[in-house]
Amino acid sequence: MVGIISYGAYIPRYRIKVEEIARVWGANGTEISRGLGVYEKALPDMDEDTITISVEAARAAMARRKIDPVEIGAIYVGSESHPYAVKPSAVTVGEAIGATPVMTAADYEFACKAGTAAIQTSMGLVKSDMVTYSVAIGADVAQGEPGDALEYTAAAGGAAMIIGNKDPIAEINHTCSFTTDTPDFWRRENKPYPRHGGRFTGEPAYFKHVIGASKMMLEKMGTKPSDYNYAVFHQPNGKFPVQAASMLGFTKDQLKAGLAVTYLGNTYSGASMVGLSAVLDVAKPGERIFMTSYGSGSGSDSFDLTVTDVIDSDVFDRNAAPTVSALLADKKLVDYAVYAKHKGKVVMME
Amino acid sequence: MREVAVIGVGCTKFGEKWESSFRNLFVEAGALALEDANISGEQIDEIFVGNMSAGRFVEQEHIGALIADYAGLATNNIPATRVEAACASGGLSFKQAYTAVASGMSDIVVAAGVEKMTDVGTEVTTDVLAAAADREWEGIAGVTFPGLYAMIATDYMNRYGLTREQLAQVAVKNHENGAKNPNAQFRKPITLDTVLNSTLVADPLRLFDCSPVTDGAAAVILAPLERAREFTDTPVKVLGCGQASSSIALHDRKDICTLDATVAAGNRAFQMAGVERKDIGFVEVHDCFTIAEICAIEDLGFCKKGEAGKLTEDGQTAIGGKIPINPSGGLKACGHPVGATGVKQVYETVKQLRGDAKGRQIDTEIGMTHNVGGTGATVVCHIFGRV
Amino acid sequence: MSVARFWRKQQNRYNLIGTHCTTCGKYFYPPRAFCPDCRRDGKIVDHQFKGTGKVVTYSIIRSSSGDFKLLTPYVLAIIELDEGSRLTTHLICDIDKVKIGMPVKRVFRKLGEEGSSGAIHYGTKFVPA
Ligand SMILES: CC(C)(COP(=O)(O)OP(=O)(O)OC[C@H]1O[C@@H](n2cnc3c(N)ncnc32)[C@H](O)[C@@H]1OP(=O)(O)O)[C@@H](O)C(=O)NCCC(=O)NCCS
Ligand SMILES: [Zn+2]
Repeated sequence: MVGIISYGAYIPRYRIKVEEIARVWGANGTEISRGLGVYEKALPDMDEDTITISVEAARAAMARRKIDPVEIGAIYVGSESHPYAVKPSAVTVGEAIGATPVMTAADYEFACKAGTAAIQTSMGLVKSDMVTYSVAIGADVAQGEPGDALEYTAAAGGAAMIIGNKDPIAEINHTCSFTTDTPDFWRRENKPYPRHGGRFTGEPAYFKHVIGASKMMLEKMGTKPSDYNYAVFHQPNGKFPVQAASMLGFTKDQLKAGLAVTYLGNTYSGASMVGLSAVLDVAKPGERIFMTSYGSGSGSDSFDLTVTDVIDSDVFDRNAAPTVSALLADKKLVDYAVYAKHKGKVVMME
Repeated sequence: MREVAVIGVGCTKFGEKWESSFRNLFVEAGALALEDANISGEQIDEIFVGNMSAGRFVEQEHIGALIADYAGLATNNIPATRVEAACASGGLSFKQAYTAVASGMSDIVVAAGVEKMTDVGTEVTTDVLAAAADREWEGIAGVTFPGLYAMIATDYMNRYGLTREQLAQVAVKNHENGAKNPNAQFRKPITLDTVLNSTLVADPLRLFDCSPVTDGAAAVILAPLERAREFTDTPVKVLGCGQASSSIALHDRKDICTLDATVAAGNRAFQMAGVERKDIGFVEVHDCFTIAEICAIEDLGFCKKGEAGKLTEDGQTAIGGKIPINPSGGLKACGHPVGATGVKQVYETVKQLRGDAKGRQIDTEIGMTHNVGGTGATVVCHIFGRV
Repeated sequence: MSVARFWRKQQNRYNLIGTHCTTCGKYFYPPRAFCPDCRRDGKIVDHQFKGTGKVVTYSIIRSSSGDFKLLTPYVLAIIELDEGSRLTTHLICDIDKVKIGMPVKRVFRKLGEEGSSGAIHYGTKFVPA
């Protein structure tokens, strides 16, 4: 059955406190942190971008399981911050994990759900026997305009899922999507920062789609929230996923393992994927995972997964790459000035 | 092979020479050398000019022809050749001139070196100099020249217990000598504190551990020894010549603290000259950084590895010491116009052996030069003696 | 570095592909097409290095140029790979943490770019292991 063969996450070492960002804009940091449920966010080193994050995540996935890279037939990288507007990030990942040249590749963009869209595409290729393995990556060096609400959360990080049907560590029982044209958040060509509709991003956007897709999934599978051990929802902040969970009837306990946003921030295309990675870091054979992503514009992809015995077997080595909590623990806090330098907000002459 | 002598020398003042262009620098040094040798342009058979990077410093290649032209010698259709080996370009230019005379190909030959470094900013300079390292595998990693020598210093201090003060003493001594050299870029004596409190450039090296960015040119004139007396009463004979190469990248050296090309070039020069270390009255060594002088003293065989720091601390490398090093002030105080330095070392050596080095004179018959390209990928040594 | 010049060594820089002389057993990264010991008798084959090693020597660069300006101060180091070959690298590490003998491992980073509209060069750097 099609499923996740291996997974890997990557989070840059640098962090800035939400309070430190608030200080610069004369805002109340304690209040903002509490309101958002986010206390710190990750930022990239000056020589890191979506491609380097994707490669590190893909290599972490390769480290956990012996896979002949030649058997990887497809790579998709979902991001809002591909370093090139034209020239795929996915080919660099392919070259860096030794999967080129007999493979197909493309970059995806669907706001924050481009990573899960890549999983669905990969599933299609695997199920139709077009490829043995396909790598789906969601990664971002997320942009947020200085001073805008997004700046408090927009973070850097990503995760890679290797999809295949030979002995997965987690079987994907089903996936379904809920998609409409909803202008809640966008970034126009050649603009450095996205814009958003403020509170419009909530109810008619995030909640409508997350709840829509999740309900479809529960209905189709004939399950109820209590049938799952873990639930992961797209996490633009610490509040939305908690609210969505309670609207659907999931408990805080089910959410806990996969709620990485609190000390990571919103890694856009990486967000649900890093959340799923955090769950896979701790999940035991037989446990069931519910995941629903969200991408502005808008759409949600829902997944129902069951962890298999393979995760604890000899063919898989969870310890061969750092867990999400280990990545979060290895950190270096910086102030806003250093953050500005790292994010290229200090304008230099060429 | 014929025996060869230096019959005339010339050198511009070293420093930031805002009014002087690349070609003016050369013409100035050349004219001084001709005057010193008491010859006219028509008597010159051939010119060699050492230059590291006019292409990037002043966007000019084809330096041989340019120099011949502006020296007024193109009308005679004189052969003129540019020689390049990074910071060893000058020393190598001298070697080519020496070979031309020794072989009988030419009689009166100019060996010059010139670099105009201040027409670009420090950042560009840093990048141009980094091209003396391996651009493909060192440059891409972010090396700077101070950084490469700093890695030698880190390794050296860790293995041999060289102290920061001993390293600083190299600069103090060279500034003291430079203060007595009218051509030097820095003519003020400094203290250990000046070095130790100067800004870090590449740990553990500080500003005063580094040679500066310099404009300047030097030229010397060579002739067969048998004809030398036609031009001067004080010819200086070339006793020995040695050149060697090693890996372009520092990381490929067998021992990071040993410039094996210095060892080889030194040995070759000594062997040819038929003299011993104890016969040498002073050495102009390539102290692009203080650590480079420490390594040079050892690699040339004046003391064992690990002992040059103590030798320096004890004052034995100062004028009046056991083995005076860099009476000119070295690259540190006299300045380091990269392509000119090797020829300036010859200039200083000739001045010393003639007894013309006022205020910094060493009483000796024999002197030596040591010129390094990159981190030691090219080394050229010469030994000179009074006739 | 121009596009073609960088691309030519891309596999080497991405994946630490060096060479190995099967005649004398030496490993080379940076790659050499000719063994300096065996010369024409040397048989050279490609070799992928494991990417682990230790610091041989280092410096902290405080004055730099070009692509490295924003990274300054940064650690420059010579690394000895486990296979025995040495290379020079930007070592991504707190500047007060670096030590001789420190174990390191490879990471994938940006090596530089040709201005904001030019090609981006990626490759291998090292971090403490
Ligand atoms: C060390 C180095 C980076 C300093 O450059 P910089 O930071 O641009 O220095 P600045 O030009 O700003 O000079 C600042 C001051 O220090 C002085 N200074 C510069 N270099 C100096 C040196 N090497 N020693 C002593 N003083 C120096 C300047 O005269 C100036 O003094 P001022 O303020 O009284 O006028 C530069 O000289 C260098 O790169 N040297 C190495 C050259 C080299 O690599 N050569 C090849 C070796 S093989
Ligand atoms: Zn061999």
